[in-house]
Amino acid sequence: MSESPLLRATGIQKHFGSVVALRDANLELVAGEVHALVGDNGAGKSTFIKILSGVLQPDGGEVLIDGRAVTIHNPQAARELGIETVYQDLALAGHLDAASNLFLGRERMLPPPLGWMGFLDKRAMRRRTEEEMRHLKIGIKSVEQPVLSLSGGQRQAVAVARAVAWGKRIVIMDEPTAALGVRESLMVLQLIREIRSSGIGVIMISHNLPEIFEVADRISVMRLGQTVANFTKAETSMEAIVTMMTGAESQYLSTGSS
Amino acid sequence: MATPTTPIPPPQAPLEIDAPAPRAGTARLMVLALANFWILFFLLALIVYFSITTPNHAFLSTTNFKNLALDTSEVILLGIGETFVIVTAGIDLSVGGILVFSGVAGGLVMLHFSGTSAQVDNLQYPHASTAIPLGIAVALAAGTGWGLLNGLLVTLLRLPPFIVTLGSLGMAFGGADLLTGGTNLSSVPTGFQNSLGNGTILGIYVPVIVALIAIVIAHVLLTQTRFGRYTAAIGSNEEGSRRSGVPVDLHLIKVYALTGFLCGLAGLIDLARFGTENISSHNTDNLNAIAAVVIGGTSLFGGVGTIIGTLVGAFIPTVLQNGFVINGIDPFWQEVLVGATIIIAVYIDQWRRRRTSK
Ligand SMILES: Nc1ncnc2c1ncn2[C@@H]1O[C@H](COP(=O)(O)OP(=O)(O)OP(=O)(O)O)[C@@H](O)[C@H]1O
Ligand SMILES: [Mg+2]
Repeated sequence: MSESPLLRATGIQKHFGSVVALRDANLELVAGEVHALVGDNGAGKSTFIKILSGVLQPDGGEVLIDGRAVTIHNPQAARELGIETVYQDLALAGHLDAASNLFLGRERMLPPPLGWMGFLDKRAMRRRTEEEMRHLKIGIKSVEQPVLSLSGGQRQAVAVARAVAWGKRIVIMDEPTAALGVRESLMVLQLIREIRSSGIGVIMISHNLPEIFEVADRISVMRLGQTVANFTKAETSMEAIVTMMTGAESQYLSTGSS
Repeated sequence: MATPTTPIPPPQAPLEIDAPAPRAGTARLMVLALANFWILFFLLALIVYFSITTPNHAFLSTTNFKNLALDTSEVILLGIGETFVIVTAGIDLSVGGILVFSGVAGGLVMLHFSGTSAQVDNLQYPHASTAIPLGIAVALAAGTGWGLLNGLLVTLLRLPPFIVTLGSLGMAFGGADLLTGGTNLSSVPTGFQNSLGNGTILGIYVPVIVALIAIVIAHVLLTQTRFGRYTAAIGSNEEGSRRSGVPVDLHLIKVYALTGFLCGLAGLIDLARFGTENISSHNTDNLNAIAAVVIGGTSLFGGVGTIIGTLVGAFIPTVLQNGFVINGIDPFWQEVLVGATIIIAVYIDQWRRRRTSK
């Protein structure tokens, strides 16, 4: 535990006009851990992770990667830091197929000179996508079908696969199982375990407490834009989490540093 | 710290998400095929109809088909640019204006550098060989410049493309009138007219060859390159593309500039074909270009579109016009029918969207 954590965000603030979305958000992510982020609707979870993935810029606070202060100017910068995100609204291009989505923004090009002229290596991308799908045990009939025409679960699987395929250090998932049936949810949870076992840190937002207790190692509770508690799973219970989320009892527990 | 073991054992069998993707029955497939290819059938039906009804089957002749292709070449160029813009979920209402402005600008430069105004009025062009390339460059630059302006306004000011291009349409038409002082241009160098306008290679008009080359390049660009991929991705989900690292603003600027360039090219062809630039004859260019695109199956909502569809769609207005003229029907019916066809095409597109996205 002496080495610095993969990611540490302290005192993050964000407001949209007069709306204060985050007043004091904190998080510490250790490699090979699944860190669940819970809180009521509007608690600020999505806003928080959008700051970590470069979509939004914080109005205050500090983000450290490997103990080094960083500014994540845009999603590209987050990706260069090895952070991949599955957004609540997925951020897939519906008219494109799974392979195009998996490689969107970092297409594989044909060897020069065709590559210089902008020609895509569709075959390589398709093959790599098929491999990734097989590796993650995601069954999709064709990776050449528009994502729009897939079922909600399949679409979620594509979004997760994209994050997993590229996430070298941190994978963030905003309600990855919200739209899914039981089987599909189990599959995503299984994926999360696999990512963790490869030493990647996972931040997962979910409203499903049983699910969280099944897969998470550590749980942070957010309320009204503030991180109000941070437990290891062993230290807490669903009742305690619910209490913290709703603010019925305001005691601050922390097992992180400070 | 020990990683806590999960209480529930991981599932044994690989979990497959194979919730049935929408199964297509034969009947459904046929309906979908019809939705996709109706415009081709429509075009073929028009051609058959006019071939039968025109006196002496005048419609059905090589000469007439060559003229049809020539008449369609400008709409094809405009339609190609419009396809890229519409696939990004934008719209360009300024193509007709940019065409005219580019043609006028290029024509004025050609005339100015060809000789003295007295010489030019007598159809003498002593310096045509330098004036023509200069005029071509100016026309293409003017078109590209207008496109750049559109792109910059759409991205930097975050204005709706509809408004931006409606504004630049007015500015380009007005600007063209200002340049000419409201009078028609004198006739541009005959060498230019005979090469780019009425010249032929292997019996095919040069404008048609230019349009064909543009079609092939645009098709490859849209389907095989990163440029095309980004175009569709932005139209499908702009915010998602941005989050995926697609340089959305830069790409949109490129798309509008490309469209402007193609308008400049079409302006040159127009100038060469008619020897001058008739501003008022381009009022329906926007209608025809947008018609070609949406009739060709490109979704006004962005994300999908084909150049081949636009090529087919571009012939609808010209075939109608041509057939009506030969048949002695008031050609104003063409505008009415093209307008109606747009509405039908968009209705079919929406119907199709309702099928594919649940
Ligand atoms: N772009 C925005 N503009 C204005 N207000 C915003 C914006 N994004 C979020 N907010 C506000 O910030 C607060 C936190 O929103 P956020 O989406 O982060 O909540 P959340 O915890 O993810 O909720 P949920 O569980 O419903 O997804 C809300 O009050 C929301 O209305
Ligand atoms: Mg949220």
